[in-house]
Amino acid sequence: MELSNSIRWGLAVLYVCFCFAFFDKNGVEASHRVFKQFQSLPPNVTVTQANRTGYHFQPTKNWINDPNAPMYYNGVYHLFYQYNPKGVVWGNIVWAHSVSKDLINWTALEPAIYPSKPFDKYGCWSGSATILPGNKPVILYTGIVDDKNTQVQNYAIPANLSDPYLRVWIKPDNNPLIVADKSINSTFFRDPTTAWLGGDGNWRISIGGRSDFNNNISTGVSYLYRSRDFLKWVKAEHPLHASNGTGNWECPDFYPVSVSGGLDTSVVGPNVKHVLKVSLDATRFEYYTLGTYDVGKDIYAPDPDMVDGWNGLRYDYGNFYASKSFFDPIKKRRILWGWANESDTTDNDVSKGWAGIQLIPRTLTLDPNGKQLLQWPVEEVETLRGNKVELSNKILNKGESVEIKGITAAQADVNVTFSFESLDKAEPFDQSWDRYDAQKLCSQKGSTVEGGLGPFGILTLASQNLEEYTPVFFRVFKDQDKYQVLMCSDASRSTLMDGKCHIKDGKDAYRPSFAGFVNVDLKENKLSLRSLIDNSVVESFRAGGKTCITSRVYPTLAVNENAHLYAFNNGTQTVKIDSLNAWSMSKPLQMNN
Amino acid sequence: MMNKMKIPISIILVLITIAVHSCAISQEIKDQNLIATTCKNTPNYRLCINTLQADRGSAAADVAGLGLIMVAAVKEKSREALSAVNKLLVKSRTNPKALQQCRDAYKAVLEGDVPEAEQSLRGNPKFAENGMADVAVEADSCEAAFGGKSPLTVVNKAVRDLAVVARAIIRNLL
Repeated sequence: MELSNSIRWGLAVLYVCFCFAFFDKNGVEASHRVFKQFQSLPPNVTVTQANRTGYHFQPTKNWINDPNAPMYYNGVYHLFYQYNPKGVVWGNIVWAHSVSKDLINWTALEPAIYPSKPFDKYGCWSGSATILPGNKPVILYTGIVDDKNTQVQNYAIPANLSDPYLRVWIKPDNNPLIVADKSINSTFFRDPTTAWLGGDGNWRISIGGRSDFNNNISTGVSYLYRSRDFLKWVKAEHPLHASNGTGNWECPDFYPVSVSGGLDTSVVGPNVKHVLKVSLDATRFEYYTLGTYDVGKDIYAPDPDMVDGWNGLRYDYGNFYASKSFFDPIKKRRILWGWANESDTTDNDVSKGWAGIQLIPRTLTLDPNGKQLLQWPVEEVETLRGNKVELSNKILNKGESVEIKGITAAQADVNVTFSFESLDKAEPFDQSWDRYDAQKLCSQKGSTVEGGLGPFGILTLASQNLEEYTPVFFRVFKDQDKYQVLMCSDASRSTLMDGKCHIKDGKDAYRPSFAGFVNVDLKENKLSLRSLIDNSVVESFRAGGKTCITSRVYPTLAVNENAHLYAFNNGTQTVKIDSLNAWSMSKPLQMNN
Repeated sequence: MMNKMKIPISIILVLITIAVHSCAISQEIKDQNLIATTCKNTPNYRLCINTLQADRGSAAADVAGLGLIMVAAVKEKSREALSAVNKLLVKSRTNPKALQQCRDAYKAVLEGDVPEAEQSLRGNPKFAENGMADVAVEADSCEAAFGGKSPLTVVNKAVRDLAVVARAIIRNLL
């Protein structure tokens, strides 16, 4: 009797164990091999000069992406960046490192951070620098700990503070500092910000990520962590900020701004607004809001009129991503770095041997209207200006253009102000148009489509007979009782390179018609534009930096001495070039060579 | 006492069996449902289902795992394409310039786009999406290089179709 009872219990236990064995399928994954050897160029690869920029930051070869930990330390500006030492696509990522005294000439050093410890064995992704009291720089960065790309946050410090270039960085063994808790998706937990001090004297940082899917697209989150000693970090009960339906947030950047100049990251006060910028994984665009940082509650709230999502204000309506700012304590300015990838095919990148550039650093200030930021290329870039050409009081009727001769049109800086006598001819803004899809409107109404007030602007990287050109131009619309200015930087006719366009939803991923709409006060009947032209990149700034658009283009005819620059008008309203200044731009003496 | 205990134990065992088996079945239905819902979000449901189900690991894979299976299929088919290109380069007089372009295209796929997608799909899927988007363009550019008289139409289309599905699956992760 007792034996059969035991057997029954034994069978029951055995039975249940078998059932659990069938039940537990969680561990099994689709098998795949992780390729550690990856894409590698043959050892004697030649980097071709075709389309390489003259004065933009880039290394001599291979793939780059996010700018990392920009900082100023003891007379030297540092830039680190994501770099693939083995190929022209993303992979094998390390922190490359360059230094400069003037943000224009750059000396390449050895990589500062690369996989070497358990807490970053599978990758060293992006991060930021904080200068601690006592002038001690520390880097916080995202380390990858397994082949599923699980993310943790680590710190690194200079091995030798008396090395003016801070060449060597060490990663102490008390890493990682921050590991995702159960409420966080640890494969979307990255890009720690520069730290700021709260009212209680403790440090704060924010880390980008997302909470799980809700109705197809997830909530972007900027997690908040606090620390007294910079080593032990505790997650706050609430994030710094979050927004539904925006998807994963990368590269959060949180800082104060004022009208007059840059501010240290920890500054708070009544005349100070805060900016939260995030980079959107889903759209490859960034957007920012202006708002208030409640120091007591440790929470950020965008101003009520800010659009907090995909339709929000962007630093740049073109190819500009993974940006990061830092405070320059010497010139008291906040400087912004952004990355532009290539807009051509992988096989082109393989044959040229490089991919990716950093855009010219920009100063960030608050527009006096308090509703948006202004960006402008750092003044140091003007030291590259060479031969100058001027034009003033030039009338352009419909269909007319004027060539700007006497400068190297493929590598130039041009500043122009257009004026017009009246706004009456502005085309009506069709109320059925999507106000937030400026790119679609630009692709439908290009620079050759006649308009009322506009299109007028410049044709950059233009071939002699206009087989290739990249126009940067304005078109003004009357939108009920106000005016909308559409600014376009249109790559759709930028190159004769064949076959490689890829149209989806009416947009060409490789030759996009980037555009932005910003309300502007047209009382003075003027619009001004500045463009930095550099072989395969055109960075344009409207009206003192209210709207910025960056395009990457690959002309085949409009290269070097065969590139031209024109100003044009295809609108029925006559416009006048009040003044136009254009300079040839030299190459810096040092660019990572 | 013993008799009273026998019946409850049997009933418990039966209940456990039913519960566990229905859990197992519903897990399988969920897995098949994941494959089905994932494939419904791609432009080519049939191709997606067939490719995923041909891989034993797909039944237990999450969406990222399904994406990696599709990337593996893209790789396999691209190798086939490159192999076909190389054979034609050696053996035939077909348009050598176009074949060279195809070779460059598929080498870029196999040395660039595919490893990039494999490495980034979990955790940094935008690079995987870029990679698969480029694969479709490379396949198209190989096809276009022949100006209408391509000897590689079938394999180019196969690569392209797989890449388009892979991209759509990866899109779910963004």
